[in-house]
Amino acid sequence: MNFIKIKERLKTKTVGVAGCGGLGSNAAVALARVGVGNLIIADFDKIEVSNLNRQYFFHDQIGKFKAEALKENISQINPEVTVEDHVITLNPELIIKMFAGCDVIVEAFDKSEMKEMIVGTVLSQFPSTPLVCGVGLAGWGGNNLIKTEQFGNLYIVGDRANETSEENPPLAPRVGAVANMMANIVLELLLGKDK
Amino acid sequence: MKIVLNNREEILETNLEEINVDKLLKIKKFSFTRLIVKINDRFIPKENYGIASIHPNDKVDVIHMISGG
Repeated sequence: MNFIKIKERLKTKTVGVAGCGGLGSNAAVALARVGVGNLIIADFDKIEVSNLNRQYFFHDQIGKFKAEALKENISQINPEVTVEDHVITLNPELIIKMFAGCDVIVEAFDKSEMKEMIVGTVLSQFPSTPLVCGVGLAGWGGNNLIKTEQFGNLYIVGDRANETSEENPPLAPRVGAVANMMANIVLELLLGKDK
Repeated sequence: MKIVLNNREEILETNLEEINVDKLLKIKKFSFTRLIVKINDRFIPKENYGIASIHPNDKVDVIHMISGG
């Protein structure tokens, strides 16, 4: 498929991205670059200088809300993408309301309890909507430990072992690798298998 | 009991022909707090771990959610 055709197919698609940190900002940018037509993004947080080691933001955006800044950055990359941004802490009710029409949902939260919450909500409320989830990305190296596993409509990307902590921080290369693998699965779900 | 656990065949150390999710977690010594459990592709909410039953040849997924994003 040539890129014109790919763009044409993606133009009508909607992807929900829950969380605009390391996974969400990088995955959303990848999806915007290839022309996914509609992105619904949500995050409650503001950008801090410590986020810039992995998140798709810039120094002059420190202090801004991540969801709003990500919308700004996406419009600079691909103005054809419609971005619906929400500065909000997601809960099951909001997830159901905001992501109801999505073709695919991307879980990009930081905390494990939030990951558990969204996976439980999507699997029980939208069992036919694919959910792509990032699990295990801290530290560096270990390229070949990062994998994708499918459990029905739930796709888990990551090494499934390395939790972030003070001594095992999330860093751009590995977070970006997982985020882009998540975006790559989203494309596979939207366009059909290629490889 | 033979089941498919996380996409792999596995023989559980039990003589029972039916166990619940709590029992599975105990047999497997899964002590994680943040879990997603599916039986035959159906999501099992936490409050049902005591009643959701697993039978031989069931496909069971137990996915540990860890922080980082």
